[in-house]
Amino acid sequence: MADTLWVGTRKGAFALRASAGRRSWKLAGPQFLGHIVHHIVQDPREPKVLLMAAKTGHLGPTVYRSIDRGKSWREAAQPPAFRKTSDAEQARAVQRVFWLTPGHASEPGTWYAGSSPAGLFRSADGGMRWEPVAGFNDHPMRPKWAAFGTPDGEFLHSVLVDPRDSKHLYLGISIGGIFESTDGGADWAPLNDGVAADFLPDPTVAYGHDPHCVAIHPLKPDRLYHQNHCGLYRLDRPERRWIRVGKSMPKKIGDVGFPIVLHPTDPDTAWVFPMDGQTVWPRTSIDGKPAVYRTQDAGRTWRRLDRGLPRAQAWFTVLRQAMCTDRDARTGLYFGTTGGEIWASTNAGERWNCIARHLPEVYSVTHAT
Amino acid sequence: MSNPSCTVRIASPLRSYTSGASSVCGEGATLYELLANLERRFPGMRFRMVDEQDRIRPHMRLFVNTSEAKELSAPLSAGDTVHVICALSGG
Repeated sequence: MADTLWVGTRKGAFALRASAGRRSWKLAGPQFLGHIVHHIVQDPREPKVLLMAAKTGHLGPTVYRSIDRGKSWREAAQPPAFRKTSDAEQARAVQRVFWLTPGHASEPGTWYAGSSPAGLFRSADGGMRWEPVAGFNDHPMRPKWAAFGTPDGEFLHSVLVDPRDSKHLYLGISIGGIFESTDGGADWAPLNDGVAADFLPDPTVAYGHDPHCVAIHPLKPDRLYHQNHCGLYRLDRPERRWIRVGKSMPKKIGDVGFPIVLHPTDPDTAWVFPMDGQTVWPRTSIDGKPAVYRTQDAGRTWRRLDRGLPRAQAWFTVLRQAMCTDRDARTGLYFGTTGGEIWASTNAGERWNCIARHLPEVYSVTHAT
Repeated sequence: MSNPSCTVRIASPLRSYTSGASSVCGEGATLYELLANLERRFPGMRFRMVDEQDRIRPHMRLFVNTSEAKELSAPLSAGDTVHVICALSGG
């Protein structure tokens, strides 16, 4: 099948389909015009299946499922929702389904969803019926773990499944931190040692951090990276202390951003898109000069990759789900911007081309085949 | 005794559930019952209007005739018209 980029935007879903050799891309859509589409994810276990997390400005959040590679979609019969309770303090409602993750290869049909406010949900039937993961949502510590949300609510994202063990899970909460479960989600514990939380009165806390995006390497699952509100980190398990690899970024660039993307086969290679986190946090490309940075030595050094990108006066940023790779041997790399552009590189970021523009604000870019 | 029968005016964002109909009939002695009745015929519509704690979503407004109902316990009478209205600002 042709390489496809699924693009979730503030106003609908789009697809970019590649010609042979990825020399050109054809834009299709929108589908679900007017919907706020946070994530569109292909099922690697059943590639014809895609899930989409969506809502509209008026209507509550839901999930759509396609079984024909995105030609048609069917709404979940039971979208992610918290347990109903008469306890007013515990009575939470999903405002948005923010993140989708296919379950372990040994569990076909299993999916995880993360929401805002922070909630974890699981489907065992391919995304049609969702149940709250009580081990997290009702964990006695959860109100403390996710106590410092912004007015938009805290976001649960980066649900990661260890490819060696279906019961070994990670997740991130902005703001809340990174958490780990070794029993399939029945219990969770913070995993934030070494991570800065400069915005908190006590920066040495065990939780309350702001991971923006966490990634596990598929072939070396003991290696994790994460882009935090306060820096870039790597963790090699069984260690529990994150190492701030962003310290080796150029000082004038810093190590703040949203996405981090890992090379599909090389655990030492990762890409980030730095943004301006100074003073009032503009969260734009730095000095209006967008650039991707790449490490090929597990974060010891970083190299700027901006050939083909605007040289000045380009003030977008790239959100946490809006950057991805493909599985080509030369590694295609893609990102979507808050200004509605999609940029592509067919050589691991060495040179960039704009393959779509004038789209709504891009929330996610994911690769499918 | 059968439940009161009402006319329900459907806002455009919800008409994908009603096959495009802008007005449908429903039954219920309260808004809660009416929405349950509609959900049986138009699966999925209720959750887009009302959250899992039975709170009317922030950008939805439900009127019984000309009075806004803030709670699903609002009573209905035969012949009432329920207006489902969407309220959203910004671009």
